[in-house]
Amino acid sequence: MKRNDFSWMIGGAQGSGVDTSANIFARAAASGGLYVFGKREYYSNIKGEHSYFQVRLSKNVLRSHVDTVDMLATFDDETLARHALEVREDGAIIYDPDLGHNKVENIPTIEAPARDFLTGELSSNGLGTEMKDVIELARRRGVHIFAIPYLEILKKVGEQFGESSLSSLARMVNVMAVASSFALLGYEEETVKDAVRRQFKSKPKVAEMNAGAVGAAYDYVRTKYNGGFGYKLQPVKTDEKRLFVRGNSAVGIAKELAGCRLQTYYPITPASDESEFLEAREVIDLDGSAALENPQVGEAQLLQNKGSIAVIQTEDEIAAITMAIGGGLTGVRSATSTSGPGFSLMAEGLGWAGINEVPVVVTLYQRGGPSTGLPTRHEQGDLRFALHAGHGEFPRLILASGDLEEAFYDTVRVFNYAERYQTPVIHLIDKALANSDVTLPPYDVNKVKIERGALLKGTLQPPEGGEFHRFKPTPTGVSPRPVLGTKGGVYWNTGDEHDELGHITEDPTNRNAMMQKRMSKLELADREIPLKERVNFFGPNDAPITLVSWGSTKGAILDAMEWLKEDGIIVNFLQIRLIHPFPTEYVNQVLSKATKIVDIEMNYSGQLGGLIRERTCIPIEQYIVKYNGRPMSSEEVYEAVKLVSEGNAPKKVVLTRGA
Amino acid sequence: MALKLSELKTEAHNDWCPGCGDFGILNAVQMALAEMSIDPSNTVIVSGIGCSGKVPHFIKTYGVHTLHGRSLPFATGIKLANPKLEVIAAGGDGDGMGIGAGHFVNSGRRNVDMAYIVFDNGVYGLTKGQASPTLKLGVKTKSLPKPNINQGINPILLALAAGYTFIARGYAYDVRHLKDLIRRAIQHKGFAFVDVLQPCPTYNDVTTKEYWAGEGHLDIEGKVVPRTYKLEEGGYDGVVHTGSDEEVARKIQQAVSKSFEFGDHTPLGVFYQNEHIPTFEERLTARMPSYGSNPPALQEIAHEDGTPLTNVQKMLDEIRVT
Repeated sequence: MKRNDFSWMIGGAQGSGVDTSANIFARAAASGGLYVFGKREYYSNIKGEHSYFQVRLSKNVLRSHVDTVDMLATFDDETLARHALEVREDGAIIYDPDLGHNKVENIPTIEAPARDFLTGELSSNGLGTEMKDVIELARRRGVHIFAIPYLEILKKVGEQFGESSLSSLARMVNVMAVASSFALLGYEEETVKDAVRRQFKSKPKVAEMNAGAVGAAYDYVRTKYNGGFGYKLQPVKTDEKRLFVRGNSAVGIAKELAGCRLQTYYPITPASDESEFLEAREVIDLDGSAALENPQVGEAQLLQNKGSIAVIQTEDEIAAITMAIGGGLTGVRSATSTSGPGFSLMAEGLGWAGINEVPVVVTLYQRGGPSTGLPTRHEQGDLRFALHAGHGEFPRLILASGDLEEAFYDTVRVFNYAERYQTPVIHLIDKALANSDVTLPPYDVNKVKIERGALLKGTLQPPEGGEFHRFKPTPTGVSPRPVLGTKGGVYWNTGDEHDELGHITEDPTNRNAMMQKRMSKLELADREIPLKERVNFFGPNDAPITLVSWGSTKGAILDAMEWLKEDGIIVNFLQIRLIHPFPTEYVNQVLSKATKIVDIEMNYSGQLGGLIRERTCIPIEQYIVKYNGRPMSSEEVYEAVKLVSEGNAPKKVVLTRGA
Repeated sequence: MALKLSELKTEAHNDWCPGCGDFGILNAVQMALAEMSIDPSNTVIVSGIGCSGKVPHFIKTYGVHTLHGRSLPFATGIKLANPKLEVIAAGGDGDGMGIGAGHFVNSGRRNVDMAYIVFDNGVYGLTKGQASPTLKLGVKTKSLPKPNINQGINPILLALAAGYTFIARGYAYDVRHLKDLIRRAIQHKGFAFVDVLQPCPTYNDVTTKEYWAGEGHLDIEGKVVPRTYKLEEGGYDGVVHTGSDEEVARKIQQAVSKSFEFGDHTPLGVFYQNEHIPTFEERLTARMPSYGSNPPALQEIAHEDGTPLTNVQKMLDEIRVT
């Protein structure tokens, strides 16, 4: 395996600017024409616990993270202690020499297993437990060490900008760590300064001082470490247009594009960032409000020509789903975003939308469960739950996105499905997608089509007998749906079984007719939704190994496939996107011809594997799973598949990497 | 053209017990809607679960019979998606102050412009008479194996604490008075709560129709004295007129004090009304000027050929890097 990329990591206490610095680093690299994959890991905590951000750069497309760190930028002792051993030999560590005498055992936030592992390594190498010993251990492994006395340099920056407060200056150590990294890599100083100015554009004075700090770091590195450590990072000239996208935002933008005009939510990690993104952009630009450019049009008139999305923070997730369903009844494309614990509360509401045939979208950001589980960590443990949430039987559609390109277009699709089949749709994404930042080709909004299904608005001809038969069975199961407020369309909704008007009835014949009507919509979806929206297939048809997976493991698998190919191991990959209705025929066709099937999933039991067997009778004999809360890296997928191909793997390979 | 009462009735079979207070409330709602000549196709009745949950099926407007305790969030979603609809929520005291108590409280914070009628009978009738949130401590209604072990909620006081801007109490068998209250509640700008004393003839044998009529409650001359009285008849004025802080505080205090009168001397009428608090819709319009005139349900989202009407260019520009 030959990696052709560079992996940089920064860490620090939560609230100390780790995100900001990673964002500056990633944007500076991305605007220099490099491909970027960024991944954020953090604790369920406001301030003080350790968080880190890993940014991978390459001239080629990146879809995943790796475990190896080429350069570790630190400005606190905990980051050094936790990650120094992850840095590869011949890699680099940047650290603050002022921390040299801090002891590993005095870091209160480091968990015992991680601490004991490190102190064990130190003592078996005859070293003490101070940061200088950690550094020494890395040095012995061939890691290049760069001491940057941040505060000393920053004091000079402070003199230049008339800032003497030490605490103000200390706030810039994160930017110093970024700038030192770039300086050691020989990256263009101006590009870095631009990225810093952009980051702080709302505070010009802060922006200039931080740009000054970048200059000072470059000066220091030039003087002290001229030549860096032999690894150069250079911008790549490109004419391609690229976006740098974060998961939550990709979904947020697509929701507005899809015409979502009511979003409800109760705060929960990692879903609420999306709702906040929407709330910050609640006034919506519309095509043809070109009046925007017309100075004759007053501001009030201008604002009247805009659209709006009502983003409502509710008292709980029960209110979130039921409010969204209420919106759905009025013909508004309505959604709620949540994670596992919140989705658990939505189960009853989901069934109500099912029996009343109301379109509603639930964006389900999976995280580590059960219960509160690992609230800020990753898992794909809710596939079975999404399939079965709610009592009784009703149709639902479930679409699982594999990356941020899919997440964007899928967001529009789920609203189309919801309205076409008049039923709840669950969009399965996860923490790994929500908190990754990726360079992508621009989204093509011209590819997007809005399909509203059998929606009735305005005034209807008075129906025969004066009443509208909202739930009258049809050959497809889909009946015309008047929005609340439609003249001549009065009907009733009830969570009880109901007749065509929507009134309660327990009549057994009617019950059969209504069950068949509702459930037949799933068959319709199964017939209508094209295969390309339901599955992806990568690699040669006749590969000796077939990988099967769903969701955000896609990136790690595709990147691993390239390395496997270099080793002469040929595999193909079936990614299942539409979980329900399940693409049974196609999956059967592919897997019944497969020589060896390997199911790869971010959960304990291999939930998709079980579903495949349930739907196709094809047993899965080989699993690669992970459930430690950290997303799969392409390296571990590569190694595990290689082990399988060599015939040396246990039936269930459990991946364990990640800090 | 006035709306006839008969035009608001449906064919749906009504299976409430004979003599149920729910009939009085249903009549009062229909009378109020007819009197106001509401447009049935622009009106939505939203209910929860229980006997009261069936009420939308008997009224010929759009009806949304929801889940136990959830009438308010459903109704809120409907109203905020389309503020031009007339939205009336209804439910029992178990629905609103038991399983749905969280929504009851938080709806006060929002002040969405709609009305909420609570069928308050002290029992869970449809499940055969268990104690519900407003039943007082130690009371033993017919089907309870033991006297009620919980204290009763004071709905008026709870609504005041939660920030409701219209708080009233009616009585199911005083249909005309109740009709007027419901009408005022619908016309109120903001979230209006009407607590309706509703005898359950089958399971509540304590606060019965006879009880409220004054059975066993005699004055010195031995004359039966009803256990309810009208606030307005004693000169009580619950309305906040100027909206000054001092006036609001005074009106809330008098309503708090009245909320503790219950049993032999139970007030009916408007405890408190304050239209000086902005509605949730007004708060949204302040942030999004087109929301009021062009709310979510009226917005077009696609061109005729299905391409989106939304222009996300600005958002995409924010994340452009090359």
